[in-house]
Amino acid sequence: MATQHSRSAARIMMAPAVILLLGWMLIPLTMTVVFSFKKYLPMRGGDLGWVGFENYARFVTSSSFWPAVATTLIVVGGVLLITVILGVLLALLLDQPMWGQGIVRLLVISPFFVMPTVSALVWKNMFMDPVNGIFAHLWKFFGAQPIEWLSNASVTSIVMIVSWQWLPFATLILLTAIQSLDSEQLEAAEMDGAKAVSRFGYIILPHLARAITIVVLIQTIFLLSIFAEIFVTTQGSFGTRTLTYLIYQRVLESQNVGLGSAGGVYAIILANIVALFLMRIVGKNLDT
Amino acid sequence: MKLKNALVAVSALVSVGATAAYAETLTIATVNNGDMIRMQGLTDDFTAKTGHEVEWVTLEENVLRQRVTQDIATKGGQFDIMTIGMYEAPIWAANDWLVALDDLSEDYDVDDILPAMRDGLSYDGTLFAAPFYGESSMIMYRTDLMEEAGLEMPEAPTWDFVKDAAIAMTDRENEIYGACLRGKAGWGENMAFLTAMSNSFGARWFDEEWNAQFDSDAWNQTLTFYLDLMEQAGPPGASTNGFNENLALFQQGKCGMWIDATVAASFVTNPEDSTVADSVGFALAPDAGMGPRGNWLWAWALAIPAGTEKEAAAKEFIEWSTSKDYIELVAENEGWANVPPGARTSLYENPNYADIPFAQMTLESINSADPLNPTVDPVPYQGVQFVAIPEFAGIATQVGQEFSAALAGQQSAEDALAKAQVLTTEEMEAAGY
Amino acid sequence: MGRSVTTQRKAFNTLFAWGIGLLIFFPILWTILTSFKTEATAIADPPVIFFFDWTVENYVVVQERSNYLRFLWNSVIIAGGSTVLGIIIAVPAAWSMAFVPSRRTKDILLWMLSTKMLPAVGVLYPIYLIFIKLGILDTRIGLVVVMMFINLPIIVWMLYTYFREIPGEILEAARMDGASLRAEIIHVLTPMAIPGIASTVLLNFILAWNEAFWTLNLTAAKAAPLTAFIASYSSPEGLFYAKLSAASVMAIAPILVMGWFSQKQLVRGLTFGAVK
Repeated sequence: MATQHSRSAARIMMAPAVILLLGWMLIPLTMTVVFSFKKYLPMRGGDLGWVGFENYARFVTSSSFWPAVATTLIVVGGVLLITVILGVLLALLLDQPMWGQGIVRLLVISPFFVMPTVSALVWKNMFMDPVNGIFAHLWKFFGAQPIEWLSNASVTSIVMIVSWQWLPFATLILLTAIQSLDSEQLEAAEMDGAKAVSRFGYIILPHLARAITIVVLIQTIFLLSIFAEIFVTTQGSFGTRTLTYLIYQRVLESQNVGLGSAGGVYAIILANIVALFLMRIVGKNLDT
Repeated sequence: MKLKNALVAVSALVSVGATAAYAETLTIATVNNGDMIRMQGLTDDFTAKTGHEVEWVTLEENVLRQRVTQDIATKGGQFDIMTIGMYEAPIWAANDWLVALDDLSEDYDVDDILPAMRDGLSYDGTLFAAPFYGESSMIMYRTDLMEEAGLEMPEAPTWDFVKDAAIAMTDRENEIYGACLRGKAGWGENMAFLTAMSNSFGARWFDEEWNAQFDSDAWNQTLTFYLDLMEQAGPPGASTNGFNENLALFQQGKCGMWIDATVAASFVTNPEDSTVADSVGFALAPDAGMGPRGNWLWAWALAIPAGTEKEAAAKEFIEWSTSKDYIELVAENEGWANVPPGARTSLYENPNYADIPFAQMTLESINSADPLNPTVDPVPYQGVQFVAIPEFAGIATQVGQEFSAALAGQQSAEDALAKAQVLTTEEMEAAGY
Repeated sequence: MGRSVTTQRKAFNTLFAWGIGLLIFFPILWTILTSFKTEATAIADPPVIFFFDWTVENYVVVQERSNYLRFLWNSVIIAGGSTVLGIIIAVPAAWSMAFVPSRRTKDILLWMLSTKMLPAVGVLYPIYLIFIKLGILDTRIGLVVVMMFINLPIIVWMLYTYFREIPGEILEAARMDGASLRAEIIHVLTPMAIPGIASTVLLNFILAWNEAFWTLNLTAAKAAPLTAFIASYSSPEGLFYAKLSAASVMAIAPILVMGWFSQKQLVRGLTFGAVK
């Protein structure tokens, strides 16, 4: 269908976006790679020359590397699991006929508009504080010993906060998908006497596969780089140090730009492995 | 219209001429502590006197540190004045990143600055940052609870007494905890407290060959004592409590004793914020009979990054904000209890300030800290609760996270110390020691 | 909606859904309530929920200390500017991907998304140095550009999924009529894509508004948006829950209200091609 003319026009029209993004990616990336092969200590005179792969070796052999990778995967995986499962359930609920559906949807969607810094601050101080937080009051009300959320359930706390922020997003996409489901098909199944569970398993869930893939893809992109939630709450202590946070500590707290840049390159590799993995799935599900 | 513009221009010129200098707009980065917020509120006085305007960038401490360090290390030139501490001043000065403050005016009276503060903010004998306020640490305790427990706080207690008293004061039923100490991880949070405390137990960060010393008995004693004290008399969630959290607890009447910055004294005795304002006593930080006490030395100071085009105006601001007149100005507006403490000798000689209950204890604490000989054994570094090398902030924050995890009951003192030893050694190697 | 349900079932649904909705909304509600308390009431034990002396003092104090309107204005400019710029660059790209697809289209699309996975902290030094060289630290234009880059992949992808839903025959017809490429995009395509563009604009405005790493690290005084405003209230000395709440409400209220009013458009478009 496309003519030669429109093909070249298409290329020209795509060019600005592609070239700009290429620049945005390549220029800092190149600088990061260059730094990663250097002993670069801003506090000790800056660029102290080439050191080969020393930073790379040091970064992975550091006692905090593997725990950080594990934490990253746990946080991302945990949030994905919670938001997808609760998202599906919430979407099913919101799809039911009820009074004031519009308002309920407003309430559910709201956390998505709250900036991460604010939500982390609010959760940390007003909910998870072991003395003055709402949870502490609630626990005491029921005669239980308040939980020290951010120290003794630190990763869980982070996952909770981040899930709260992303649940609306998952719910909305899944709700749109459910609403597009052919209701006649469902009714037919109902008439055939299919139980709610099997209706869900055989009709709704397969229909949602594509939407779930999208939710997983988009959220992973954002979740791999969460920073504010950790910076504000635990500063990476109690096992909440993700790879992103470890790099932050190397670059800004230890002021070792070379080492941190090597970490950055590892993080890019990890992100791309995850991306490749995801795109395999998405690619399949996105086929037109 | 044109005429009007011309008139405005002329009158602007005249007013500039009247202040005898270019009116500049200074960008000042500062931390969101009470004294700085007060300074922000008094900026009009500076503008009226000099014609310079001020743009404040007020940030939470961690964000501030990250922003100013990033900016100075890359020579970003975003700020004309930065609020820094005693840790940064000598390191930055050694890198030629700061403007020397060696030509301050006669009126400013640089010799009036407390010697401990002046030394800590100097490099090679030259002052590079002017102290806005200075602090040490001391014990703040509830006189009523101490009386109930049938004890009397000596002026210079030992750690053993502090522990016994803390346990006696603790009443978990009524949410009263004998010892509110820092537990939140960070080089300026729990590690400031623990490093100062370790000095009194004779521990040190490094030996003279820069070998990490977390495998020493002295560190073991320090950490074990601290963990035991907190287990028996600490508040719940202590491992996430820093200065601010403990301050809030103390003000709510939930702490028996709190060992922390001397500047907190004015907050806990202020009846507007504190429910226990009239029953607070003060004592020197404890010791373990080995000489050094467990108190630190710190100053928040103003410094000018090298390369700013507004150096002259920036110096004017520093002279204004750290002057004797500024102290008078705050006293007029907010009362003597709220003036920035710990920076100037003259403040402690002022009869108006003598009535303040915590004034003498603050001064004594500051004077008893020795940044050059912080502990029992000799050390290769400068600093009481920190080690003035660029790597320290990064290392100590990670060590602090291990200690914090120990306080939360997630690992033993031995494990925490072993991990601290490993990671400190790793980082020091990475830095080329 | 052919399904018929009993009133009883509907009532149960309503009750259940409202309960969950309020639970999810509670942290925001609690922040709003706390912002009208005094510092002492804010930490009262047991907590006071509704019956306290409402005060606006916290808002007054916050406004006195920081020039809220300037932060707000910066947020609006940065979020708005970056979104508009992003749309201008993304529309042609998305158009060509949707209507003149090649074998590599999907690869390009996925590659674009993968640039979003660059860890920001890892490239902070390079970006900061580049900004110094260009002299655009602490400028709105600098942040507009950065936020545009951050969100461009999402914008392109969203637009691509909308454009793809537009039947190609309509464009063919326009071409038959002799419409130029320009006219085709402006007069035929854009009107049909307005709902999609609207939801893309909304989503990216929200994402840019809430971005807290670059907006904090690349600004000082002049271009600092609301994320920096919050950083000065996050943990000051003394009791701060009420003031923090007031500052939080001031930071999120504009975007929350905007989101509520435009949620129909946002939801309609928020599918990323998830619905076929």
